[in-house]
Amino acid sequence: MDLAEPTSAQPGLDIVVTSLASDAHTWNLVYLQLVLEELGHRVVNLGACAPDDLIVTECARLGPDLVVVSSVNGHGFHEAKRVIARLRARPELAATPVVVGGKLGIDGPGGRRRATALTEAGFDGVFEDAAGSIAEFRSFLDRLPVGVRS
Amino acid sequence: MSDGSFGGFVAAAAARGELVVQPRMGIGDPAAMRAGLLAVRRAGVPAVGTLTLDSYTRVGDHAAVRAALAAGDDLNGYPIVAYPPSTTRAVLAGLHGPDFPVQVRHGSAKPQDIVVALLAAGLHATEGGPLSYCLPYSRVPVAEAVRAWAESCLLLAGLRERGGRPHLESFGGCMMGQLCPPGLLVAISVLEGLFFRQHGLGSVSLSYAQQTHPEQDAEAVHALRALAAEHLSDVDWHVVLYTYMGVFPRTRHGATALLERAAELAVRTGAARLIVKTVAEAHRIPTVDENVAALRIASRAAARAEPGGPVADTGVLAEARAIVEAVLDLSPDVGVALVRAVERGYLDVPYCLHPDNAGRTRAVVDPTGRLRWSRIGALPLAGLVETTGHADTSAAELLRSLSHVERTFDDAALDPTGIG
Repeated sequence: MDLAEPTSAQPGLDIVVTSLASDAHTWNLVYLQLVLEELGHRVVNLGACAPDDLIVTECARLGPDLVVVSSVNGHGFHEAKRVIARLRARPELAATPVVVGGKLGIDGPGGRRRATALTEAGFDGVFEDAAGSIAEFRSFLDRLPVGVRS
Repeated sequence: MSDGSFGGFVAAAAARGELVVQPRMGIGDPAAMRAGLLAVRRAGVPAVGTLTLDSYTRVGDHAAVRAALAAGDDLNGYPIVAYPPSTTRAVLAGLHGPDFPVQVRHGSAKPQDIVVALLAAGLHATEGGPLSYCLPYSRVPVAEAVRAWAESCLLLAGLRERGGRPHLESFGGCMMGQLCPPGLLVAISVLEGLFFRQHGLGSVSLSYAQQTHPEQDAEAVHALRALAAEHLSDVDWHVVLYTYMGVFPRTRHGATALLERAAELAVRTGAARLIVKTVAEAHRIPTVDENVAALRIASRAAARAEPGGPVADTGVLAEARAIVEAVLDLSPDVGVALVRAVERGYLDVPYCLHPDNAGRTRAVVDPTGRLRWSRIGALPLAGLVETTGHADTSAAELLRSLSHVERTFDDAALDPTGIG
């Protein structure tokens, strides 16, 4: 659970886990960190209520293999669209895999409509809270190249 | 008798032997918010109303609120700062009064603008605290939250000079919602109550959130009342119980049973007010009708319950007392003591990712369903607590602990002989 900086000498991915600016929930972040660490990845957890600027500067500084955005307060859809635009605007983050998941609207799972809009906005994966979303997320992870960073 | 204040309303209900129930309702649209308050007022149970604010307002991003309103996007609560006071006054007109107080619930580490807005709208009750709305919910340094909450208390307390009776509730009994052992929850609630009193509040409430085990919870509420009686005898205070704030049962029967157990716990332990949860909790933000149904279920369960009953002492009071005394010894100023206590790890909330939180404590649900420390870090509990001696919690163990209550109540709901 420490927040040590990733070292890229070992196999496994360097992953940034983050909430969004208005979202104060933490258990989703704590759980994701443990799951990812047990799968052999290294995690920097930015915690709750991460402002856009912090997410962008930390991702640019750390150069992770993957960014995992998790939000459950119902504002996630709108905030995630805003943040992915900021991330993709940075040349060094233009191709970084970035995924989003959780409860992204206030009205329950938004199905294909929200997922499509978020994918078009620049996310590589959308995992809305529903049975099987962690399994889908793990299979997404399996498809990412591991330990190829210079 | 009620004196027209929030604390007075709760005290009057308690004197009649009635539990006050309260929803956590917040709606972005003023007309819908008003309709929600009206439905609570007309629910036919002793209730107070709630304006729960949206989470852009919580973090002070009022520009995001205005953009959302302009675009017609949904907000997850009522944006009291972005609306002019006249809008909120119109929401409350004819509803808010001595027989139906309304409390603002928000979650902000720096709530000065929220306090200004609620006072401008004619309201006088809110909640939170310099630790309870800083550590779990923000990235604001604790020292900054302490300053912000001192200012907010002074703003609220200023009402007393104009004949008002402001009320402030500590959210300290709910750190992280779950997996924080009761001794620390009780201690933080008492310490925030002391902070409020130091900054001029004469009417406060102390919170405790239902956790994983009814006997342990009863012991905790008794400990909270005992420490409040010792430390806050010169102010008006009551205990508010929150229905379970962690991962909630997904079945209707499981969710209802958990709410009923919370109402029974409140009556058994002498808590005067209960924040309810609804059958929709696990799935989405509840509707007004679901909130009203929850208020009625809780109120009926409370009316059937009996006060009193023996509670075994497993050391919650001793734990809470040790933490409170160690923190107060750090400075005669409660705010300074809180900052130093977090720095030294005397207050260290398990699993909390806040940059100032030491992060050296852990807790688990043990095989009997009680919440226990597995690591105490630098908490001043040496000799009082036996830790489980486990190494780090695995993801599967964490998930098992986090979902213990949900699983217990949902499994029982699916079993016709069970507690659901």
